[in-house]
Amino acid sequence: MDRKARERIVYAAVWLACLAPLLWLAWRGYAGELGANPIEAVIRKLGVWGLRLLLVGLAISPAARILRQPRLIRFRRTVGLFAFSYILLHLSTYIGVDQFFDWAAIGKDILKRPYITIGMAAFLLLTPLAATSFNGAVRRLGPKRWRRLHQLIYLIVPMGVVHYYLLVKADHRPPLIYGGIVAALLGWRLWAARKSA
Amino acid sequence: MLIRQGGDLTENDVTPRGIYLRRREFMTGVAGAGLALAAGPASAIALRGEPSRYSTDEEKTSKDNVTGYNNYYEFGVDKSDPARNAGALTTSPWTVKIDGECDKPGTYDLGDFLRGNTLQERIYRLRCVEGWSMVIPWLGVPLADLLKPYGPTSKAKYVAFETLERPSEMIGQRRSVLYWPYREGLRMDEAMNPLTIMAVGLYGETLPNQNGAPMRLVVPWKYGFKSIKSIVRISFTEKQPPTAWNRSAAREYGFYSNVNPEVDHPRWSQATERRIGEFRRRPTLMFNGYGEQVASMYRGMDLRKFF
Ligand code: HEM
Repeated sequence: MDRKARERIVYAAVWLACLAPLLWLAWRGYAGELGANPIEAVIRKLGVWGLRLLLVGLAISPAARILRQPRLIRFRRTVGLFAFSYILLHLSTYIGVDQFFDWAAIGKDILKRPYITIGMAAFLLLTPLAATSFNGAVRRLGPKRWRRLHQLIYLIVPMGVVHYYLLVKADHRPPLIYGGIVAALLGWRLWAARKSA
Repeated sequence: MLIRQGGDLTENDVTPRGIYLRRREFMTGVAGAGLALAAGPASAIALRGEPSRYSTDEEKTSKDNVTGYNNYYEFGVDKSDPARNAGALTTSPWTVKIDGECDKPGTYDLGDFLRGNTLQERIYRLRCVEGWSMVIPWLGVPLADLLKPYGPTSKAKYVAFETLERPSEMIGQRRSVLYWPYREGLRMDEAMNPLTIMAVGLYGETLPNQNGAPMRLVVPWKYGFKSIKSIVRISFTEKQPPTAWNRSAAREYGFYSNVNPEVDHPRWSQATERRIGEFRRRPTLMFNGYGEQVASMYRGMDLRKFF
């Protein structure tokens, strides 16, 4: 097998891994296995997978450095775009299915519910990152500005965690676990930057 | 899993004048007539109740959903956890402690506590604070009928309730997600309101454990968390008693917690709700649609302040 074919297989595997939660969710929905409140279940699953993929995206460069596999970096864009897609679906389900395009109620939610306010802000910040994730954008913005823009992710992911923390009623352990992972991934960057400085 | 058995007991439940709750005294070996309310954990026993004028004729939520989608943190925080974990709970024997401002405090066997009362079927809307709702055919007894025999004194202004605390069987209690035991409370007039019932069954059977076996409160004009489950203690108090969710987040959960579409929870709008099984949200009704029976109790009160 030549390198190109191998590369294609690896990409296909990454794609499939990113798509698997969505396919699984669709299958469970089709089979009627999403429980008594399927709309809530879909919103939550999409949200939590969006967050997980954001974490995977954040973990790629540390992993590439630690494992000395610099070529892992090439998956960052794929993972990031999938994270964005899950969050877009998460938001769309909330708007189109849960609230059924009741814009007045949605507007009130965004203004009055801190967890929705911060989720929405995180989504709005994420959108330019998704929109500039093709090669042409790097060229157009210039690598420096592009990198500066994409550093927003260090703010966006913690906002996603805070969104999660704020919507949980009593059991704060799951969002705190995600928060701990994010803190470790961002902390590693600070540490690595200081070491190389 | 709930294994249905004991259907043979149905004939015994129904008498021409009404339907009486009695207890099969298999624990003590006394050959009593009647039915076992406090049966083993894996058995549901058929119950019948007199129809009530307080019942709604709205479409009932399916039994699968009523018994499979529960908030009962003693058995886990996910709504599918209680159905999975509550089977471990031993509901027989069961006693209830009555104390505080009353003439006849004491610890009573569940059968004695319920004895002689007519079981009614009450088909009620249930509105959860999270913005979903169900219609559930409960079987129960007006709380007033159960409490009056204990002679609450003139000092008894509130009634406090407590859920069982038994971490060995209630695995959710092994972590302090809430202050255990779970506590709830009602003002005396709310407790005595004819809508307030102590439920012992649903859908024609004894309560499944995940729904609060062997007995739970049902207060249909309040958010679901007020309807405390698996009750082991009832206290008459002079002061407003502490309640579990209020202690956990006072800004979010008030003592009254009446269903009110105009007063939002900080995290959820309460204007609409999703009826389980339906696609579109529907408007939430003031007092969950029970204003005719309960609004007068709150006349002159600022329901934004006393939320
Ligand atoms: C970076 C963006 C976002 C991330 C990472 C994210 C992540 C999450 C997570 C992890 C959950 C909890 C899932 C669970 O309980 O298992 C959640 C729930 C939810 N999110 Fe988001 N979210 C984001 C943006 C948004 C936006 C923009 C909205 C709407 C405007 C939104 C609305 C909701 C709602 C309504 C819930 C469910 C709350 C409930 O069921 O009580 N999210 N989200």
